[in-house]
Amino acid sequence: MTTETSSPVISVRELWKVFGQKAEQVPRSPDLCALSRRELIEQTGCTAAVREVSFDVAPGEVFVVMGLSGSGKSTLVRCLTRLVEPTTGEVVFEGEDILGADKKRLRDLRRRKFSMVFQHFGLLPYRQVVDNVAYGLEIRGTGRAERTRRAMEVIELVGLDGYEHSYPDQLSGGMQQRVGLARALAGDPDVLFFDEPFSALDPLIRRDMQNEVIRLHHEVGKTMVFITHDLSEALKLGDRILIMRDGKMIQCGTGADLVGAPADDYVRDFVRDVARSHVLTLRWIMRDQRADDELDGPELGPDVIVRDAVRAVLSSDRPVKVVKDGELLGVVGNEEILAVVAGVEAGV
Amino acid sequence: MATTTTTTAVAAPRTPLLRRLGRPAQVAAVLVAWVVVWFPTHGTATLSLAPADLTPLHRWLNHVNDTVGANRNTSPIFLYFFNEIRAVIDGLVTFIQALISQEWFGRPVPLLGWLGVVAVVTYVSWVFGNWRVALLAAGGFVFFGLQGLWQESMDTFALTIAAVLISLLFGIPLGIWAGLSDRFNRLVTPVLDFMQTMPTFVYLAPLTLLFLIGPASAVIATLIYAMPPAIRLTAHGIRSVPPAAIEATDSLGATGWQRLTRVLLPLSRRTIVLGINQTIMAALSMVTIAALIDAPGLGQTVVQALQTLDVGTAFNAGLAIVVMAIVLDRVTTAASDRVRVAAPARRLRRLLVAGGGIAAVVCCYFSYTYVWAAEFPDGLDVGSALRRGADSVTTWAQNDLSGATAAFKNLVTSVLLNPLQALLVESPWWLVGAVAVGLAVLLGGVRAAVTTAICLGLIIGTGLWQDSMTTLAMTIVATVMVMVLGVVFGVWMGRNRHADRIIRPILDAGQTMPAFVYLVPFLALFAASRFTAIVAAVVFAAPVAIKIISDGVRGISATTVEAATAAGSSTWQMITKVQLPMSRQSLTLAANQGLIYVLSMVVVGGLVGAGALGYDVVAGFSQGSLYGKGLAAGVAIVLLGIMLDRIARAAQQSNKSKGH
Repeated sequence: MTTETSSPVISVRELWKVFGQKAEQVPRSPDLCALSRRELIEQTGCTAAVREVSFDVAPGEVFVVMGLSGSGKSTLVRCLTRLVEPTTGEVVFEGEDILGADKKRLRDLRRRKFSMVFQHFGLLPYRQVVDNVAYGLEIRGTGRAERTRRAMEVIELVGLDGYEHSYPDQLSGGMQQRVGLARALAGDPDVLFFDEPFSALDPLIRRDMQNEVIRLHHEVGKTMVFITHDLSEALKLGDRILIMRDGKMIQCGTGADLVGAPADDYVRDFVRDVARSHVLTLRWIMRDQRADDELDGPELGPDVIVRDAVRAVLSSDRPVKVVKDGELLGVVGNEEILAVVAGVEAGV
Repeated sequence: MATTTTTTAVAAPRTPLLRRLGRPAQVAAVLVAWVVVWFPTHGTATLSLAPADLTPLHRWLNHVNDTVGANRNTSPIFLYFFNEIRAVIDGLVTFIQALISQEWFGRPVPLLGWLGVVAVVTYVSWVFGNWRVALLAAGGFVFFGLQGLWQESMDTFALTIAAVLISLLFGIPLGIWAGLSDRFNRLVTPVLDFMQTMPTFVYLAPLTLLFLIGPASAVIATLIYAMPPAIRLTAHGIRSVPPAAIEATDSLGATGWQRLTRVLLPLSRRTIVLGINQTIMAALSMVTIAALIDAPGLGQTVVQALQTLDVGTAFNAGLAIVVMAIVLDRVTTAASDRVRVAAPARRLRRLLVAGGGIAAVVCCYFSYTYVWAAEFPDGLDVGSALRRGADSVTTWAQNDLSGATAAFKNLVTSVLLNPLQALLVESPWWLVGAVAVGLAVLLGGVRAAVTTAICLGLIIGTGLWQDSMTTLAMTIVATVMVMVLGVVFGVWMGRNRHADRIIRPILDAGQTMPAFVYLVPFLALFAASRFTAIVAAVVFAAPVAIKIISDGVRGISATTVEAATAAGSSTWQMITKVQLPMSRQSLTLAANQGLIYVLSMVVVGGLVGAGALGYDVVAGFSQGSLYGKGLAAGVAIVLLGIMLDRIARAAQQSNKSKGH
């Protein structure tokens, strides 16, 4: 999905969000920047929620920000639409620095370019589903007939047809979040932000909703920024994942990057229980070709996930060649596959 | 905690005996000392003042009143400020009265006759509430006509509407502001506290000075009393809108106005309507009380009947007030929890709303055109039957029940009231002052003592020391009775859900009733006396105290109660060793609130033989020569209130800091 050639939709540069009396001083002073979060609170009374975070989001990408509670991920996503005002840094959206936008421009961006899905839904209890979904259109001044038509479209898209005249409190949590999703989609935004949208749902419903997001992503192809504290959710949905801890960015890469090459012990600890064969690709487990290898076995690409290559490798009596654009990158034999499937970790 | 214990333990041997006894014993010691000193000194330096006598201060206030009266139409501040306000409010009241109760300009009857009013009230109740409250409203309003009190009821209703309209016109925007701005909220909260804790009768007198006696003053007094709930609950509603909904609407690019009108107001609608409900109830209660400053309506009927001890008439009018209170309360409550209507039923409802509207308009037209629909027919008279019934019950009660009631009345009067009053009234002023300051130090600390000393000094300054002491004695007796009722019923309700479910609605009903109405049945039972006034005050104040205490008892954590049960406590031990000590906070709060409520009934008590400050205030309204004295008496009531409130609050604080 990642298209590295096109320019990013969102480009975040050295973004800081500090809460407190003397917030602006913190990012400017190298001494204060060097302090840990706790030391900063003790010395200045300020809390640094987001510290010097930079990343790009490519068009059509699902970009996941992951961290435990208090890691600053929810603040980060709110900074991107200025629901929380960032302290310093740059948020460039389609070539425009959002932090420089005046109130009117910002409102316009929120009405047409971004929308957000919230953990606690934020639905209006006195409005029927259809009016909740049409709410964003109503705010930007769309006529009643037009917005109802559009609302019915997205209600169908998220699978809520038949419930348009219900009230939110008559729906289950999962269905309420579908309403939230429909509301976000109704305005046809360029980017969808998700703030832990499924944390308040039961595990089974959560899985349904994750699949729903994947399906919608295939159908409408929007750029998505997704916040979660759940690693399996991040791996399932994310093209790329940014891991945050104490407001700082620890690592940013694909799921395989995180599992295959954790940046530090924190990430390593995090990904310890992940089924590696479900995440790693052949690129991560192939070895260099040896003299005694017979090279007339089957060929596979380097981005094939291990799980999907198991049968091919084990059923062949020769090592599988990993080939990209006609060039031999390496080989994978029974030994390598079994090491991953059996959960033997290199270097642990 | 540990440090305090050590210091007292170390300091103990050096402190005098009294210190080591603990607070209850210290208080008892002060009281015993009082009685001991009372015997040789009583009857001296009591600062007494005969009912018709005036002090220079009272004469000066009379003079101020006269000067204001003489300059009312020349002084610029009156010409361009107070008189303007009065003219606008008078205009509004006159207009509404002409609409429903008094002659419409050029017509001998109001624009809307009884049929029109009943139709409109029913229709509005149905549209905003449901058909059940609409029936109740229709029945209630027809009942006023049957009682022979149509015009009086409509006058009260008109004044209430005027006061409520103005209250909401200012109250809701102010509430929204307080809901949105922390700074404004901090600014306005203490003002609202003050407006609500001040006994209501007290500002009647100063208001008449500025706005004359009549509807304008009545409406303004009502505003002061009725606006705080509207402001408070609107602000509270806006503040408790879930942040998720606000954030979601912001993320969609809503403007501030859109956020207010589409999220904040709709989501706080229920709370705001609750505020409107409380404003209406407070307004009705105050409008009837404002009869004391010549506001027209049912209140005046009650006041005149009380002054002539005509229980039948007072009962009839009081019943009308109660009915109006019930109707207004039920209708607004129904409006606040309106259930939403499903889509197909909505179309039908729209038709019905339109049809009902047309029917109401037709009724209005009839009531405008035909005499039978304009003036309530005389033929059906329930009022005189009610009056006779109440009179005969009174006669029966006074003749046949007098054994029991008189025994109770005499018991309380001779055991509690008379000794206390003798102690307070006959003590020299310096003795009472010393005792009060001493108790304030013991119970509340130095600051409370300073406030007490200042208040007592000012009371002496009003020239009404002896009357104040009489009122204080009655207030203390009433508060003690309130607390006894509060503990008994509060603990019962706190421990027993069934009891709570039965008693709470009765208390709620009691609280929605205007203060006046309480007097009527007790006047029938006990005739005019100090005791009647005390009982009315107790009945008025007890519901608050009971509710606070029962909430306190209920609020004790279940684990604590379970642990005490597991340790084998008996019911009595549970109450005395766990539930009462742990709800100490609630007990002091209940005492404080009970006290304020009792004090606010002092003036009403003045109507039924309570004498003292209450009588001074009432007499001040009706006799020009006593105006200054009445004003001073009002101030004295406030001073008593501030003094008792400060001591109680300080006592509460020092309890808290001791870790209870």
